[in-house]
Amino acid sequence: MIELNSVFKYYNPGLVTENCVFHNFNLKVEDHEFVSVIGSNGSGKTTMLNIICGSIDIDHGNIFLDGKDISREPEYKRMYRIGRVYQNPAMGTCPSMNIIENMALAENKNKPFGLARLIDKKKIDYYRNELKKLGLGLEDKIYIPVGSLSGGQRQAISLLMTTMSEIDFLILDEHTAALDPKTADVIMELTDKLVKEKNLTSIMVTHNLRYAVEYGSRLLMMHQGEVIIDKKGDEKKHMQVKDILDKFTEISVELGN
Amino acid sequence: MQLVIGILEEGFIYALVSFGAYITFKILDFPDMTVDGSFPFGMCVTAVLILNGVNPFITLPISFIVGCIAGMITGFIHVKFKIRDLLSGIIVMTSLYSMNLRLAGRANLSIFQRPSIFKMVNVFEIGSVLGAFNRVIVLFLIVILLKIILDMYLETKSGYLLRSVGDNEILVTTLGKNKESVKVLGLALANGFAALAGSIYAQHRGSFEISAGTGTLVIAVANVIIGLQLTNVFRKMKPTTSVIFGSLIYRACIGFAMFLGMPPSDLKIITAALLLVVIVLNNKKYKKLVE
Ligand SMILES: Nc1ncnc2c1ncn2[C@@H]1O[C@H](COP(=O)(O)OP(=O)(O)OP(=O)(O)O)[C@@H](O)[C@H]1O
Ligand SMILES: [Mg+2]
Repeated sequence: MIELNSVFKYYNPGLVTENCVFHNFNLKVEDHEFVSVIGSNGSGKTTMLNIICGSIDIDHGNIFLDGKDISREPEYKRMYRIGRVYQNPAMGTCPSMNIIENMALAENKNKPFGLARLIDKKKIDYYRNELKKLGLGLEDKIYIPVGSLSGGQRQAISLLMTTMSEIDFLILDEHTAALDPKTADVIMELTDKLVKEKNLTSIMVTHNLRYAVEYGSRLLMMHQGEVIIDKKGDEKKHMQVKDILDKFTEISVELGN
Repeated sequence: MQLVIGILEEGFIYALVSFGAYITFKILDFPDMTVDGSFPFGMCVTAVLILNGVNPFITLPISFIVGCIAGMITGFIHVKFKIRDLLSGIIVMTSLYSMNLRLAGRANLSIFQRPSIFKMVNVFEIGSVLGAFNRVIVLFLIVILLKIILDMYLETKSGYLLRSVGDNEILVTTLGKNKESVKVLGLALANGFAALAGSIYAQHRGSFEISAGTGTLVIAVANVIIGLQLTNVFRKMKPTTSVIFGSLIYRACIGFAMFLGMPPSDLKIITAALLLVVIVLNNKKYKKLVE
């Protein structure tokens, strides 16, 4: 369970550029929920994910993970239980290391990084098999530095890497945005499969309304730091892309364009 | 002949500092000025220990450890007080200067008459033709041993984590590891190497000299940059190997300049010029790659 309790977040407090992103923001994500989040640019989606993961501080409020207050915990400690894929494919992998090395690092998450050898030759077949499941032909590129792979390939590896260790939460920030439509579909399908297999509690930010409608068990729409649509269960199942588009139009009318 | 031996001896000693610079400058992208202090710190500790009758071989690990501590302090200042990398190093380097003076009691100490690792190991008979190579052999063995250890370390989980910090800090955080402590570890190792090199250097020349550390970082960085050029040509070469060659090439250039009659007082400007040339050439090549 992820819970944000009366969160306040200001950027540049006290300066002319002061910007209040969240004013008393509340959100509760139940266990095994798969939440897709949509919303206009600057509505605070990335900020919300950063707040959950601890990449940025909040000015007021509390964040709970399974009932435990983690508001003061540093980012790296929160990541013990959280997996995260970023919008930028470069952020999830080490570019100068090859696929095997990256996967071995990811597999060792939450274990000590001591003086044992990282690469276990016996495991290479296992890694190769995992890559084969992606269906992108990466199993033939295992010794290529990840930096020289395409964004889509890197993103697929990042996603695979997050699920190689025992995690309970998955945070995805527009993780298909940099990909071509076909690869994006592959990655989205894979995401859904992994979430279901591992029974993860997930939050996925996306600008792809079709994904938001088709995938996930709950749909949130954010606007100016507030949740303006929140549908789950049957209501969510009956949501259509058109309903969301209508809401977007409504917002822009309110804003006077 | 004497020239070649000199090049090999100094090249091997500075290869050790360059191992450290490879970790900080290349892997962590941290220009660590601490080494200008930890190199003479290793010399000083060694000189004092040897004057107090400690076995010269024991001074090596002790120097390594005190160097590690100096590096850890730099790392700590950098990550805890958010002080810039260069400045953190300069702070520790400056305080080590006084520490060294305090420890030695004055600006130089002679251990020429005292035992040293070089006097204790003589592969060839002293005075014979090959006897002139005794020191080179000892240094070679030390460098190779440490190269192997460093190579092995870089293959461990801890070593890979260190490399990840330089490659992608964010990944280290998502792996649930504190990137700050990894940086501190890297700085500790690098300064351990610098102080160890200082210890060997002191025993080699038979003295401690407070100013011997000036320019250590610049030399080490030059060695690393020259060395890594080699890996572009010889793709299979390990970075640690290339750093050793880099150090030897650098020394050869300096040796050659002196051979041509440059006075020793010009040494630093040769170093600076060489570093500049290497960096400019290096940048040109990058540009070519981009275009
Ligand atoms: N580091 C920062 N400093 C100042 N303001 C910021 C910073 N990061 C974000 N903001 C502001 O906070 C608001 C919310 O930004 P956020 O990145 O969370 O939006 P988003 O919903 O993720 O948008 P997008 O769909 O474009 O990714 C925006 O108005 C943005 O300008
Ligand atoms: Mg965003």
